Amino acid sequence: MKRITIDPITRLEGHGKITIFLNEDGSVANTYLQIPELRGFEKFSEGRIAEDMPQITQRICGVCPEAHHMAGTKALDDLFHVEPTSTAKKLRELLYSSFYVTDHTTHFYILAGPDFVMGPDASPAERNILGVIGKVGLELGGAVINTRKQNHWIIQTVGGRPIHPCFGLPGGVSRAINEEERAKIEEIAKGSVEFAKLTLKVFDDVVLKNKAYLDMILSDTFTLKSYNMGLVDKNNKVNFYDGKVRVVGPDGKELCKYAPREYLEHIAERVEPWTYLKFPYLKKVGWKGFVDGKDSGVYRATPLSRLNAADGMATPLAQAEYEKMYSTLGGKPVNYTLATHWARLIELLYAAERLLELSRDPEITSPNIRNIPTAKPDEGVGIVEAPRGTLTHHYITDEKGVIKKCNLIVGTTNNYAPLFMSVRKAAADLIKPGVKITEGLLNRIEMAWRPYDPCMSCATHALPGQLPLEVTIYDAQGNEVKKLSRGI
Amino acid sequence: MAKLKIALYWAASCGGCEIATLAIHEKILKLAEVADIVFWPVGLDFKYADVEKMADKSVDVCLFNGAIRNEENEHMAKLLRAKSKIMIAYGSCAYEGCIPGLSNFYNRQMTMDRAYIETPSTDNPKKILPQTKFKVPEGELELPELYDTVKTLGQTVDVDYIVPGCPPEERTTWLALEALISGKLPPKGTVISHAVKAVCDECPRKKEEKKIKKFYRAYEKVPEPERCLLEQGFLCYGVATRGGCGALCPQANMRCTGCYGPVEGVIDQGAHFLSALSSIIDSNDPEEIQRIVDEIPDPAGTFYRYSLPDSLLRRAIVK
Repeated sequence: MKRITIDPITRLEGHGKITIFLNEDGSVANTYLQIPELRGFEKFSEGRIAEDMPQITQRICGVCPEAHHMAGTKALDDLFHVEPTSTAKKLRELLYSSFYVTDHTTHFYILAGPDFVMGPDASPAERNILGVIGKVGLELGGAVINTRKQNHWIIQTVGGRPIHPCFGLPGGVSRAINEEERAKIEEIAKGSVEFAKLTLKVFDDVVLKNKAYLDMILSDTFTLKSYNMGLVDKNNKVNFYDGKVRVVGPDGKELCKYAPREYLEHIAERVEPWTYLKFPYLKKVGWKGFVDGKDSGVYRATPLSRLNAADGMATPLAQAEYEKMYSTLGGKPVNYTLATHWARLIELLYAAERLLELSRDPEITSPNIRNIPTAKPDEGVGIVEAPRGTLTHHYITDEKGVIKKCNLIVGTTNNYAPLFMSVRKAAADLIKPGVKITEGLLNRIEMAWRPYDPCMSCATHALPGQLPLEVTIYDAQGNEVKKLSRGI
Repeated sequence: MAKLKIALYWAASCGGCEIATLAIHEKILKLAEVADIVFWPVGLDFKYADVEKMADKSVDVCLFNGAIRNEENEHMAKLLRAKSKIMIAYGSCAYEGCIPGLSNFYNRQMTMDRAYIETPSTDNPKKILPQTKFKVPEGELELPELYDTVKTLGQTVDVDYIVPGCPPEERTTWLALEALISGKLPPKGTVISHAVKAVCDECPRKKEEKKIKKFYRAYEKVPEPERCLLEQGFLCYGVATRGGCGALCPQANMRCTGCYGPVEGVIDQGAHFLSALSSIIDSNDPEEIQRIVDEIPDPAGTFYRYSLPDSLLRRAIVK
């Protein structure tokens, strides 16, 4: 049996390893996606003081610390039985919207964009952010850098620090904003809305108007019919910060809608001996193996699944784009994995619009930012929608607020099974007897995975850019017969 | 002048140090004029094998972030040390173990049991644990072994300089890069930061007399806006933490948690903070002092939040 190893995977935010086993005739026998790291937050959080959990758990991931900070802070509200003030909730959501703008921008332009803008077969030397800027123009490149920088300013101003913010407290936040800061945030938000519109236009021009790409999006190789998970508000519109978790089937029917405290009734995690990462699945449907369809408990929690799980977007421009996507791709739900890139840009526009709304909210500069808890702490669950999937934090404390137990179901972890299945399917479809294994072909296999924007530092509790790719093919006796490398 | 050859690597880390490296924003263009990045798994297309092929000491500087907690981390630390003239521990994980170093309160078995067996969402009746080697029908799959103890970079290889912080602030990163670019290097072992003294020195909060009768948790009361947090009874770690960050957390009304590590000349940050605390408790009555100190839950995890692996304690003895 031949063996191909892709280790580590490029443009994946963290560590990961793909191994493809070939039959004697050159067809794929099986594919494995392994996560080689465990970080142990669920254990060493025990004994720590609860109010520090938003700052401790955000060290799971420096790419999306805001998501952990926010889920942790919401878990503290629940744990201490305290309702945050209205302004505190809005400031949290404002920071979170700003974070989404930076995160989705990074993903599209630096991680995913190169495949589409430069093409999957472009040389690796061009297939990167610099190539993208070269093709779409320096002006847009400058806008990318500027949008990220300005939104990081918002994160530092509201959250206290640019990376690993410190403002979350049970019942509120630690710092109010003043009118001068608010006015600057509003200006940045206006610019972010324009930037998001421009980005959708780039996607339209470069991807949707190119029949080859559209065909690739619609192809069976990149299709997976799984359940869809996402946080929704009371009107079933997409929400990143708050609401209930809604799960919709591959047929578009609602399976369940649950509050954070009910998560254990709906989600279970499976352990496999060949990887450090667990495989979550829908408990009520059950684990049926690595298969898709209505009878398999495999679900996805991605931008596309969030749109599939919701009835629409809560802001007008994003809603129009939402309708356009579904009419273009043949109605809801969309099961084309590559359409996740489109969904992410619709979310980018929503985040920017929501940021603008919040920056204009008359309450946003109120000094009333904290309610002091009075009840004894015991147990709390907090859920937010992280860019890479529904994020659940669950803490149990003693009456002094010291953590006794901690359970975390983290963004990318939700998507481990479908991610693995998407890669396996692409490998089986693309690697055929007699087909030469080229660099472009391997990049197409990776394209099956990039829509999930997997972040393994996050998933292993354990970045942006391009990791090295090495493919080694072994024959049945374990001798190296071919070595393929990308870049130098 | 030949361009500097720089390598960047991450071991057991969160990725925040990578983001912090990018946070020098437009200065990155200035860096590109004078330096070539020869290895950066996150940002560029290079392979481990390429590093192995490099001649010893052919890389001018390696910025290494992340702690050492498995075989792969250790292998890469040793490899990059051999290839690099200057090895920098960049960020708190490489420097002192950081928050993942809190794992040293437990051991590998306890960590694995919690993750794969005990957690309430885990469905694992057969108590399967990940294996370093596992036979699947098509062949054998391997995983790196997780170590029992989190180690710092300095406990693994010889380190020339340290850039502190979780993560280092933009200005701290740039201070280190400027020193490298100009060639005006400080003495070996220097912790590169704008400050050698405590965070308090750059904190705008007013300091008067530190006499504490009661400690408060962050959720218990709203701090007065301008007065020193420690004087108000919050366990602000600024007195025992190196400055250079700009005292960001106290300015956001939150206590410093100590991420820039000990001040110059101090080996054990936790012990330093403890001695500072004992001098400000407003009592001479041993019973009262005991009562006041007992109000601090989890002193070890709070005083050694970032520095447990690098402290005199290193780890807890787990029976």
